Parts: sequence; C-alpha cells; structure tokens
Amino acid sequence: MNSTSQNFQQGLNTKRIYSTRSFKNGLVTAILGLATLLVLSPLVSMLIFLIKEGASSLNWDFITQLPKPTGEVGGGMANAIIGSLVLLSLASLIGVPLGILGGIYLAEYGTRKFVIWVRFAADILNGVPSIVWGMVVYAVFVIPFKTFSAYAGGIALGLIMIPLIMRTTDEVLILVPQGYREAGYALGLSRWRIIFSIILRTARKGILTGVLVAIARVSGETAPLLFTALGNVSWSHDLAQPIAALPLQIYTYAISPYEDLHHQAWAGALVLMFLVLSINIIARYISRRKAYN
Amino acid sequence: MQVVNHQFKKNELLLKSSVLPDISFKSLSALGALVIIVLIALVGFELYEKSKISIHQFGVGFTHTTTWDPAADVYGALPFIYGTLVSSILALIFAVPLGIGSALFISEIAPLRYRQMLISTIELLASVPSVIYGLWGIFVLIPWMRDHVYPGLQDALGFLPFFKGPIYGVSMLSGGIVVAVMILPIITSFSREILRSVPDTQREAAYALGATRWEVIRIAVLSYAKRGLYGAGILGLGRALGETMAITMVIGNSPVISSSLFAPGYTLASVIANEFTEATTDMHLSSLFELGLVLLVITLIVNAIAQLMLRQLTIGEVEKA
Repeated sequence: MNSTSQNFQQGLNTKRIYSTRSFKNGLVTAILGLATLLVLSPLVSMLIFLIKEGASSLNWDFITQLPKPTGEVGGGMANAIIGSLVLLSLASLIGVPLGILGGIYLAEYGTRKFVIWVRFAADILNGVPSIVWGMVVYAVFVIPFKTFSAYAGGIALGLIMIPLIMRTTDEVLILVPQGYREAGYALGLSRWRIIFSIILRTARKGILTGVLVAIARVSGETAPLLFTALGNVSWSHDLAQPIAALPLQIYTYAISPYEDLHHQAWAGALVLMFLVLSINIIARYISRRKAYN
Repeated sequence: MQVVNHQFKKNELLLKSSVLPDISFKSLSALGALVIIVLIALVGFELYEKSKISIHQFGVGFTHTTTWDPAADVYGALPFIYGTLVSSILALIFAVPLGIGSALFISEIAPLRYRQMLISTIELLASVPSVIYGLWGIFVLIPWMRDHVYPGLQDALGFLPFFKGPIYGVSMLSGGIVVAVMILPIITSFSREILRSVPDTQREAAYALGATRWEVIRIAVLSYAKRGLYGAGILGLGRALGETMAITMVIGNSPVISSSLFAPGYTLASVIANEFTEATTDMHLSSLFELGLVLLVITLIVNAIAQLMLRQLTIGEVEKA
C-alpha cells in the first residue's frame, strides 16, 4: 500500500516534470517559428512595395526612353538597363574563363598544400568588400587612362566573379566520381582529354549554375561601379567612356529629393529584381536536375 | 623488327603529341589559380601605395583622431571606424539569434514538405541586391520604425544614454537594423548548412534517452554545432563590415561619435562611396584610400577567423569519419 502511494507520488512528480519540459518545448518551438517569420517578413514587405510602388511607374517608356532632365516628369532607364547588360557581358568575359580555369586547376592538378592555400585565398577574396574592388580598379584602370569607363566597371565586376566561380567549379568537379577519371586513364586518354571530354562534360550543369549565380550576384552590385563605370545620363557609344548601370541609377534616384525620381527608383528596382530573380531561377532549374550528369 | 620499331616510334610520337597540350592546359589552368594570389597582392599593394601620402602625413594618429575636414585638409578616421564597428555589432545582435533561430526551425522543426520552400525563400532573400535593401530601408522600414518603434523604445529605455536625444529616423540604429536584415539570410543559410552536418545518430541518441525536441536541439544539435555557428556569425560580421549601399542610405552620414543610437553616424564604406569621386586634393583621395585599407584589414582579419572556424569544423569531421 505504502509503496503504491509512493509510486503514485513519483508518477505525479514525473508527470509534473514532464509537463514543464513539454511546456518548454512548446515555448521554444513557438519562439523559433516566430524568428523564422521575422526573417521572412522583410521579403514579403519588399515584394509588396516593389510591386505597388514600382509597377505604377513601370511602363513602355521606362524601358525604352532615356532619363528626362531633372524636374521633368517621365522618361525611363533604357540606357541603364542596356548599360548593365554591357557591364555584365564584359565582367563575364573576364570572370568566367579565369574562374573556371582556376577551379579546374584546384580540383584536378594542384598539389595538396598549394590547393589548400588558394582555396583559403579565394574564400578570403570573396569576403573583400565590393567597394574596395571599386577603389582598386580605380587605382589601376581609371587613374592611368584618366577616364571612368565601361571597361573599368566590367573589370571590377569581373574580378568579383573570379573567386566566386572558381570555388563553385572546384566544388562541383570534386563531386565527379574518381572512377570516371580512372576509366579515362584506362582508355589511354591524356589528362586534358579526360578533363575536357569526361569531367567537364559530366559537371557542366553544376559549373553553369555556379556561373549564373555569380552573374546574378554581381548584377546587383552598386558600390564597385561608383568609381569605375560612374554612370551616364545618356547612351554611351564607346566602352572607354562612362556608362549607366541599373543599380547606380536606382541609388542616384533613391537619394535624390524628388518624389518622381523615387517612383522611378522603385520601377528600376523592380526591373533589377526581375533580372536577378530570373537568372537565379534559371540557375536553380538547371541544378535541380542533378549537379552532375 | 622493323615493324616493331616503326610501331614504337609511332607510339612515341602519339605520346609526345598528347603531352604538349597536357602541359599547356595545365599551365593555363594554373594561371587561373595564380590570379587569386596576384589579386590578393594587388588589392593590398594598390591600397597601400595610394594611401602613402596620408600615412606619411598623419601616421598612426589617423586611426584615432576624430577630425575629418576636407576643407582644412585634415583627416582622422575614428568616427568612421566607430560607425562601422557599432553598426556591424548592432546588426549582429539582431541577426545572430534570429538567423540561428530560423535555421533551427527550418532544419529541426519545420515539416519536411515545407522545408524546401523555406530554404528557397531564404536563398531568394540572400540574392536581393544591396541597393534594393537600401531603397526599402529609406522608404519603408525606417519611416515605420521612426513612427512606431523608436518613440516607444525611447519612452521605455530613454534613461539609458543609448536611447537619448532627438529621433530623425536616419541613425546608427537604423543602419544596424537594415544591415541586420541583409545579413540574416546569409547567417540562416550558413547555420542551416552547419546544422545539416550534425549526424542524425546524435539526434536519435538524444531521442532514445527520452528527450523532448528542444532538449534534442540543446543537447545533441547545438553542442555539436556550436563552433560552426560561431563561424557563421563571424562570417555575417564580415559582410556587415563591408556593406556599403544600404547603410549609406539610412545611417545619416554624419561623422560624429555619439553615445545615442538615435544619432546619425557614418561608416568607412559610406564615406568612401560619398566622397571618392568628389575628392579635390591628393591628400583627401589618399586619406580615402587609407580608409579603404583600414576597412580591408578589418574585414580580412574577421573573414580569416570565420574561414578558419568553419574549416576546422570540416577538417575535424573528415578526421572523425
């Protein structure tokens, strides 16, 4: 009898302890859920405002017309949209080949020690503030040629792309099974044929995804363009001259005191967001069907 | 014999023809890898070279004097270093608990079928350009905070020096908040990667002992992933320090050191962005380059620490496996 009541008492205690434990569990679950909601809420708010504020100013003129002189209503960002595409092409010309080549070296050729250091260096370079890239390119390409230019802007963005693409290429190539390389050797192929015909073919989707993600990343960069591409209120017909870019134009309009330009900035942001999003979605679509093969 | 010899020569020729492209391709790809080393040297060298005039003129005093006066050609970096550090630390205070919390929710609690959707949304947030965060910051978030959050904060905590003074909207606190919003998805993504590397057997062992889900997270997951999560936080710090556009748009751009978080501030990256193309004297430009050098050194140290922490984790795992 005595022992039964003791058991009963113990059972009650256990139950009480368990209920505080399960209460704590519920509380933490709620807190973590709330944290997630808070993290996601800026995106919701941003999308709502981008569409609400941007769509009202987004019209055919916006993507086909030049900016109007300050004070006049209307006009568009056609030069900035084309300018951004030009800058991205220039950047890709530099960043894509060098990034992929370096990635191949890291994954296929390098000695262990050297590779560890270069990977570390690339990760560190990825952390260099983008405005610092702008300053460096200004020092190396703008001062000697005495002019801001599309070339300088493209180079700044291209340099940012190199370590990004290098690391993703490296990571994708390492995923290619060792057996594929051995199969190549067994056929008597030389190293570069193995890399070209087997490894790169196998990993091409992963590499392409990495390239697209890097392009998406630099397409929104503003800071490195401030002192390289500079911006331009009109069309630029010469790559050795300053060129307009979408993020630069958004920035200039956003900090201007004119209500009308703020609307234009929102419309520009909507276009830029659309550009970045579509590149990312294409990248995800490609990589969804397996990173390699 | 003749035939064999002929065959042998043919093989040798084939071999040679395949060795040449092999070596040239190897050197070509090595060039790609070397570019990284060259770039690091170039960045450091150029910033140092261009800031020489300023380094020579102001010496070490540059980093701890507070006058920044282009008209008198006198330059001191302390307000900007202060602004950069304070806004980044504020950003971390907001972003680290939220980032790790949401990563825990996504990887430990959220039902599997929603998990991928949540991950994609976070990745989407990470890809939003800085200038769009800035635009949203000045026209949406900061006005809202100024009207609805800051006054209440001042009423409740106004006795602290941090929350004294007039509220303009643009301020150190606003800068910290906008940067926090920007680094949140980065911290969440990295933390989630780290949590994913925690072996399931750890969790199963804790469940087998009768732990609740929170206890599993606390005992099995957090203790295992601690170092990596610190690394994710420091990586976020690295991003926050170098952030330029968004913070320039909301921090107020005024080189004062104020104890109040409602007062405007200025960061290294912002002053470079604002004054670089308008620098009139060599000394002004050189001082801006020196600010860039200071910024580079701070971010390099922070990033190196973050990489080492994350790396140690992965190397540790490899050794255990």
